[in-house]
Amino acid sequence: MAKQRSRRRRGPRLLDLPGIWLGQHWQTALETLGRLKENPLPSAMTVAVIGISLALPAALYVMTDNLRTMAGGWDQTAAISLFLRFETDDTHAKRLSQDLATWSEISRVHLITREQALEEFRALGGFEEALEEITKNPLPIVLAIYPTPTYSTPELLEGLQDKLLKLPEADFARMDTLWLQRFQAILDLVQSGSLLLGLLLGIGVLLIVGNTIRLEILNRRIEIEIMELVGATAAFIRRPFLYAGAWYGLLGGATAWLLVTISVLLLQQPVSRLASLYRSEFQLSGLGFAATGVTLGASVLLGLIGSWIAVNRHLRGAEPQ
Amino acid sequence: MIRFENVFKRYPERGEALGSVNLEVQAGEMVFLTGHSGAGKSTMLRLIGLIERPTRGQIVVNGRNLATLPRRQIPFYRREVGMIFQDHRLLPDRSVFDNVAMPLVVAGVGQKEIGRRVRAALDQVGLLSRERATPVALSGGEQQRVGIARAVVGRPPVLVADEPTGNLDPDLSREIFELFERFHYVGVTLMIATHDLNLVKSMRHRTLTLDAGRLVNDTGDW
Repeated sequence: MAKQRSRRRRGPRLLDLPGIWLGQHWQTALETLGRLKENPLPSAMTVAVIGISLALPAALYVMTDNLRTMAGGWDQTAAISLFLRFETDDTHAKRLSQDLATWSEISRVHLITREQALEEFRALGGFEEALEEITKNPLPIVLAIYPTPTYSTPELLEGLQDKLLKLPEADFARMDTLWLQRFQAILDLVQSGSLLLGLLLGIGVLLIVGNTIRLEILNRRIEIEIMELVGATAAFIRRPFLYAGAWYGLLGGATAWLLVTISVLLLQQPVSRLASLYRSEFQLSGLGFAATGVTLGASVLLGLIGSWIAVNRHLRGAEPQ
Repeated sequence: MIRFENVFKRYPERGEALGSVNLEVQAGEMVFLTGHSGAGKSTMLRLIGLIERPTRGQIVVNGRNLATLPRRQIPFYRREVGMIFQDHRLLPDRSVFDNVAMPLVVAGVGQKEIGRRVRAALDQVGLLSRERATPVALSGGEQQRVGIARAVVGRPPVLVADEPTGNLDPDLSREIFELFERFHYVGVTLMIATHDLNLVKSMRHRTLTLDAGRLVNDTGDW
């Protein structure tokens, strides 16, 4: 304590300066937050508008993200399931699958024998009684065909399907992934749309913060003038307004996060029930760690930029006439 | 300490406010600036406070040439010049303490040091007991003394006061002027614009008289 006092008496030393600077910033940050609390209603309204504006693109992101995860589970299915004629036996099918795997269009082939298919069928449940009745396995051999990535377009897959059907062993073929690809394309579209929406709403947030800060500057004209007269630097006068903008952004971002998270929690139960009806383990996920960081970071940045614009337009600094 | 060299100031709407003013004020001098309303007293003080710039001519204060002072240096220059206004320019929603502390807060002085120096300044103007009051609760004379405390709290070498007693009765005015005299005795350079000729005469300090923007009389050092 005594040591501290003697140091203070000598005035700030160069080594202390960063600490003083940080302390000033910290103090300004707290003071601006306190000022927001002094006018709770207008501040809350500004924060709410920012929060809702940011919640919309964030919610769209969560939605597309979830749909993508859901679709990701289906990506494992083969593009084409080739059902072989019933008289084909396992050894022949095995040779055929090895043969097909050498085709340039195909990356790998998965052979599902009759017994495996029956096992899988049993595992699905609900068919046990029906299966007891049957003495002979009615299921055909299936070759699950995974095409190379370059052959995954709908047109080329169609060509491959035709080619496969010309094989003497082929009975019929089913394309599984076409709809999935369409679904992915729609997801891409929605995601681009949400990016665009986010951009527009981001501009909206800039305007909201800018206008709020502008009004605050006008309200505190006299104080600013006096501060300039007693030797406040432009940076000192700007600082609280920039902090106010950052606070608006941060609180708005937190509001957006809260809105999205509450919505996700409310939807979790019904979505899980729906998923279980489709025998899926799918769980709705909210804004992840990274997405939360991006939301908060972007909102703080928007608040800062918005106030920066207002401050630059309306605070000229200690400029004599 | 304060030097005017051939200073002109012309306002677009009012025309010439100051014409060819030459003046030298030594460090530690106490100078009264008198003249009719509109004679250019306020303009001179506003030029010294760098609230305005001259149309022509040079002003040097405390070794700084105001014409060549970079914009970024203006705040630091203003910390060397304490300004006192007729209407006090106090913030009505802040306590006396906070009002007086403002120059120190702005200069980044530490909390403890602020407390010490604000109380010292309030003690000098005799308002130590009113630090928690808001300016509205004070009388006109007290408000002006808060304004003076704010001007001296940063210990500037130069003080300029624009009609500091304009709204006060003679007794209060004398008190304020005697307060200024005390700063003069500790070496502060003061320039005080005032109408109060009787008071000026009785105080016996150098007095400048302005008429229509021209320096028409300078009593010189008393």
